[in-house]
Formats: sequence, C-alpha cells, structure tokens
Amino acid sequence: MPATLAKSGGLFLAMVVALFAMTQAKDAAFAVHMAIMALAALIAAMAVMATANVTATLGRDESVYDDAPVRWGVIATTFWGVVGLLAGLFIALQLAWPVLNLGTEYTTFGRLRPLHTSAVIFAFGGNALLCTSFYVVQRTCRARLAFPSLARFVFWGYQLFIVLAATGYVLGVTEAKEYAEPEWYVDIWLTIVWVSYLIVFGGTVIKRREPHIYVANWFYLAFIITVAMLHLVNNLSMPVSLFGSKSYSAFAGVQDALTQWWYGHNAVGFFLTAGFLAMMYYFVPKQAERPVYSYRLSIIHFWSLIFLYIWAGPHHLHYTALPDWAQSLGMVFSIMLWMPSWGGMINGLMTLNGAWDKIRTDPIIRMMVLALAFYGMSTFEGPMMSIKSVNSLSHYTDWTIGHVHSGALGWNGMITFACMYYMAPRLWKRERLYSLRLINAHFWLVTAGIVFYTASMWVAGLTQGLMWREYGADGYLVNSFAETIAAIHPMFLLRAFGGSLYLAGALVFAWNIAMTIAGRIRKEAPMTETPYNPAADRPLPASTGALQPAE
Amino acid sequence: MTDHNKRIDEATGTGLVGHEWDGIEELDTPLPRWWVYIFAATLVFAAGYVVAYPALPDTDGLTGWSSRGQLDQTLKAETSARAPRLDAIASTPIEALAANPQLMRSAIEGGRAAFKVNCVQCHGAGAAGSKGYPNLNDDDWLWGGDIAAIEYTLQHGIRSPGSGEARFSQMPAFADILSKAQIAQLVSHVQAISGQGKPSAAGAALFTENCVSCHGDAGKGMREQGAPNLTDGIWLYGCDRAALTQTISKARYGVMPHWEGRLPRVTIRMLAAYVHSLGGGEANPVAEPVTAAAEAATEVGADVGA
Repeated sequence: MPATLAKSGGLFLAMVVALFAMTQAKDAAFAVHMAIMALAALIAAMAVMATANVTATLGRDESVYDDAPVRWGVIATTFWGVVGLLAGLFIALQLAWPVLNLGTEYTTFGRLRPLHTSAVIFAFGGNALLCTSFYVVQRTCRARLAFPSLARFVFWGYQLFIVLAATGYVLGVTEAKEYAEPEWYVDIWLTIVWVSYLIVFGGTVIKRREPHIYVANWFYLAFIITVAMLHLVNNLSMPVSLFGSKSYSAFAGVQDALTQWWYGHNAVGFFLTAGFLAMMYYFVPKQAERPVYSYRLSIIHFWSLIFLYIWAGPHHLHYTALPDWAQSLGMVFSIMLWMPSWGGMINGLMTLNGAWDKIRTDPIIRMMVLALAFYGMSTFEGPMMSIKSVNSLSHYTDWTIGHVHSGALGWNGMITFACMYYMAPRLWKRERLYSLRLINAHFWLVTAGIVFYTASMWVAGLTQGLMWREYGADGYLVNSFAETIAAIHPMFLLRAFGGSLYLAGALVFAWNIAMTIAGRIRKEAPMTETPYNPAADRPLPASTGALQPAE
Repeated sequence: MTDHNKRIDEATGTGLVGHEWDGIEELDTPLPRWWVYIFAATLVFAAGYVVAYPALPDTDGLTGWSSRGQLDQTLKAETSARAPRLDAIASTPIEALAANPQLMRSAIEGGRAAFKVNCVQCHGAGAAGSKGYPNLNDDDWLWGGDIAAIEYTLQHGIRSPGSGEARFSQMPAFADILSKAQIAQLVSHVQAISGQGKPSAAGAALFTENCVSCHGDAGKGMREQGAPNLTDGIWLYGCDRAALTQTISKARYGVMPHWEGRLPRVTIRMLAAYVHSLGGGEANPVAEPVTAAAEAATEVGADVGA
C-alpha cells in the first residue's frame, strides 16, 4: 500500500509539474506536449491505483514468464506498423501529386516524412524489438523478467515517447537531425525509458538460470547499449528556455554533420541490424526446429560487426565538407563490414540445413528466408554504395531510398511479421494462428510490393544520377533539376503502387493477429506448424540447480 | 566450448557445441572458407586503400589524391577549354553575334545551361512562363525583343530594386482615379479591342482620356513604357473581367531582378542569345556597319567553334 501511495503521489506530482510547465510555455507546441505529459501522468496514476492489488502480486510467480508487456508489444507493433506504412504511402503520393500537401503547414511533406520514418523505425521496429527482447530474454535465460513494474514503465513510457515525437513533427517541433528529430525534453524522456529498458533486460540476463548467455541476447545488449550511447551524444543540446521546445545542438558545422551520421548510420547498424539479428537468432531456429548453423561464425561475425559498424558513418558524407581522410575511413570500414554482415545471413539461412523442405510447407519459414535474403542484398548494396565512385552517382538520388526500403521492407518488416506470427498463438494460448494460409497472401502481397518499390527507386535513382551529371558538347549541364523530377514521375507512381501492396499485406497481417487474439480459427486446409510445448515454456525453478551445462 | 557432451546432429553430420537454450542448440560448423577469404580480401583492400588515399588525420595518401585537388583539376581543364569560346562571345558586339552561326550556337548552349539554373524558377523549364511571368517563346515583347534589348533587360532587370538602370514604368492604380462603374466600362472597352466583347462608347472615351499615353490610340502598347499591347490576345495577368478589373483598379508591378553583378557579363550575353533563339526573337533594329575589331573577334570565334 505505501508503494502504491508513493507511486501515485509521484505521478500526481509529475502531472502538476507538467501543468505548471504548460502554463509557462514559450510556444504552443511545448504547451501541447506538457498537456500530453500531464494527461499521461494522470492516466498512469489512476492505473496504479486501480491495479494496486494486482501489482502487489507482480513478480511473485516465478514459475511462469511475464508476458503481459510482450502481448501489449505485439498489439503496439501491429498498430504502429499500419500507421507508419499508411503515412509512408501518403507521402509517396504527395511526391507524385504535390497537391496532397493540402495547403496546411501540418500536412506538408516536410512534417509528415519524419512522422513516417519514426513510425516505422521507432514505433513499429522499436516495439517489435521491445516485445521480442522481453520474450526472448526470458526464454533463453529460463528466468522471469526482472523488475516487472519497470518493464511496464518501459512499454508505456516508450509509447508516450512515440506520441510526443509524432505530435511534435506535425506541430513543427524538430531538431532537424534525421531520425533524431524530437526536441530536448522528449530526448530526456527517452533516455529515462531507455536506461530502464537496459536495467530490465540486463537484470533478467543476470538472474538467468542458464550457464551461458545466448547469442540473441548479445545482439539485444549491443543494440540497447549502443543506442543509448548514440542517442545521448547526438542529442547533446542547449535548450533556449526550460519552458520552450527549441534547443541548439552542442556541435556546429561539419562536426555536427559527422555526429549526426555517426548516429544515423549506427541507428541502422544497431537498431535495425543488431537488434533484428537478435530476433532472427531466436525465432529462426525455433521455427525451423534446427540448431544454429555455426557457433563460431556467430561469435566472429558478432564482434566484427560491432567493431566495424561504428566507424562507417562518414560514408553518408562523401563529397561534402568532411575532410577526405574521414570519408576514406568511412568507406573502407563499410567495405570491411560486408562479410560480418553476411555472417548473420549465413547463420540464419544455413540453420535451415536439414529443413529446407519447410520453405515449401511453412509460410512463416518462407517469410524468414525472404527477410534474410533481403538482409543479404541490402548489406551487399550498402558497402557497394559506400565506394566513393559509386556514391558520386547514387548520393542524393532515390537509389538511397530504394536501398533503405529493400532493407526496411524486406529485412526488418518481414522478420518482424514472422516473429509476430510465431509469438501470437503462444502468447494468447491459442491452438494456432487464425490462419496460416493468410500468411501466404501476406507474403506475396509484400513481396510484390517490395519488388515494385525497390525496382522503381533503382531506376529513378540511376535516372537522376545520370541526368544530373549529363554534360553537352560545350561542357554545360544538360538538365535542370525540375526536368529530372519530371523524368522520374512514373517511378514515383510505381513506388506508391508498391507501397500500397505492402500496406495491403500489413492489413492482412493485422487482421490475422487480431483474429488470433480474438481466439478464432479459420477453416482451412492444414499447413506445417511448429509444435508448441507449454510445459517447457516456463522458467526453470531455482531448485534444479540450473547453473550447469544443460543436456 | 564444452566438449564433454559432444553429440552429432544427424541431418548435417556436424557436431553440436553442447549448449542449449529453450531447445535451441548450436552446430560446431567451422567458418565457411569463402567467407573467411572474402573477409580477408576486404581487409587487404582496406589496408591498401588507407595507404594510397588520405585516410588518417592530416595525412596524404601515396597517390597524392584529394577531392579538392580533383575538383581544381577538373575545373581548370573545363575553364581553359571554355575560355576561347567565352572570350569570343564576350568580345563580339551582341548585334553581330548572329552573323557567326557557330559562335551564336555556342552562346545559345551556354545560355540554355544558365537559364536552367537561374531563370526556370519564374519562366518555367520550357520558358513558357505562367501568370505574371512572361512567355519567352512568343513574339510579344513588353520592352523589346531584339537581342540587344533582351540583353539590357537581363543586365538591369525590370523595376528591380537596387538597379539604377532597370527598365521602369508604373501603371496607376485607377481605383483611386475612376469610379467602379467607369472601371467596368474601361474593362468592356479593353475586352472589345481584344475581340472579346461589344464596343463600349463610354469605355472608349475613358480609354482615350486615361490610357492612350502609354498603350497608344489603338491600345497596341508602347515598348518605351513597357506598356503591353492590349489587342493581341496575349495576357500576362489574364483577360477575364475579374482579372482586367483587378489590373486596372490596383495596377500590376511585375519585378524581374537585374543580373549584372550576379552573373558574369558573358553569361548574361549567352542568356540573351538563348532567349532570343527561343522563337520570338526580333531582328536587330538597324543594321550597323560591322567594325574591323568585331570582325576579327568573329573570326576568332569561328576558329574556336570549328
């Protein structure tokens, strides 16, 4: 009871502080954000009081996994995925038909574009990482989640971060740093949430009942720790006022640019690569029921990936004011990164050794295989594009957009869908998914969508790159910028078509997950399923003396 | 690395490492050879590249390459290749440019490139203009359409703040001078002379009283004033009643910036040649005798062009 009192009292105090900040606000956006924070604190305080006797029992039953935050995460991942893809489709259509900017500042491409990128990377991808990491760390450590209240704070705090970020973009609050747009107070909030995440995850690893830490957890830890470091350094800034949304970066000029792309590149490296490889390392062997292909490869490629990735950021600043030596270093580290990246693909694909037939019979395995194939393609394309002479053609063109989306739609999207399909029936104790055949429909919709998207952007990028550097006989540039845009308009339409296919696939996915949660089973011809043993899906009791090598 | 309970995976015939997490085991497969070789090759390439190119703080590579050096080199080569052509264009009196087809072609090409950077924002990629921005493809010129007049407009601009020599005129805002009914009658008259409506006697009288000093008796315009021809069916701001009422009541004050001081003289000259070539360019007003100096310059240009 005193704990409940202290918590709810603290939350009420937080609400009062937020309301006070709102009254003192220097700009409207800051006032809106403080109002959202006050509302969140109020809701949290009421939730704490309403569930007082439930929380008292939290963390007591060590014989089952703590899956509530994972279940919420699956729902949040599905919801934000659809939102993010919808935003993406809308801005793709804005590029094709600028009239869709709708003539208001709130709906311009410039404000909706970060809404799309943050929704898919941090809301969809971030929730997928949060919930799978809580799922995987418990099962591979055979231990219940550490600090259950903190885990719940991490989930809801992260959702609050998403809401603050998204509303901020629409209201015009931005640090103007790509993928790090939220302003100083939202950054501070995310820091608190992220450190709590590290404590929950690390605490669970420490209380594990297995002698060794599974490779998926190395990747999750690398992701959590590195993202914390990146976030802190890149967002160092001085607020203009404690009651205003504007701040100025601690860095200036090319140092600021380099810090930003050190962050931006490693957000890709540690959020979208290391974190999602962690998902792959648990769910692929589980679904395939096969041992991981090579333990040695997992060690070597983990450490080489971690060590090399962090240096490759300058390749985003080729042919800029960044000194040549830094550009060269960024390029050579990117090239060295090729094989360490592919180590994850090899370990994922070759885990199917002895179970290749499942590609034909198991739609979830098929999705995982395509995810790994796109991972391989993107991690080859990336180092290739980092080579200066290739970059001089590709930089600033839609080729970059195509590259990013082959990774994001192909790798991150597909592996996330597959993991959600794996977890949903187990988390809600269903016999099986609502429909395995709908996964097939989903698979083909998104695959066709990716092909349209990436192919059109490659063509558009090469067209732009070649037109920009086209000189006439007298040595003058042949094309104006507007002419190059007119030339790729058909590609913009094809891209939007591909995006709508991908969104349609995601809607099929959301339907399947929703029906599974509702407990429905679709009448259909059976397909291969991976058996589930609920009896084995629980923590090891302390009495078994688990710190011994397992059989 | 626990070897004491080593088992063999049946499907692959490979040994298992011996750890197990939630049913997941790991094979003791060695690193794929091709993976190791390619990884090693990228490391060797990286080492070689670091030696050959600048890759450490404040050091040069063995090749001596730098991005600034490469840019300087390219720029120097391009500048020296263009210099004879540009010099020839700059030293030829603009009226004489057309007499040398090769030099003229070269000027047009240079103008086309400069137009795409500096002019398309208002006049459009095809120079067709839009409301308030004249179409440069037709033969309707507000301030003159021979190549020298175009060059002057480019140099000094139209109503351009900060240029003492800009082309300048200002139509009065007749809302302060005439009544609404009178303006309506004037609109009727303007529509009549441009073939859009019935004549209005009252409008014609008002036109004679207020407008002929700039637009001329017949409304055919006057280039000295930049006053448009009202009879040719080409309109900068629209020809319906609302647009004409707006124009007469509030007047218009289109501004084109002056480019002298912002672009090199020769670029302005090439722009004039390009705009003149678009289709509506007019002949030089008076055929001037070609001076010996210009002739010599023309010959230089011809040599270069060849």
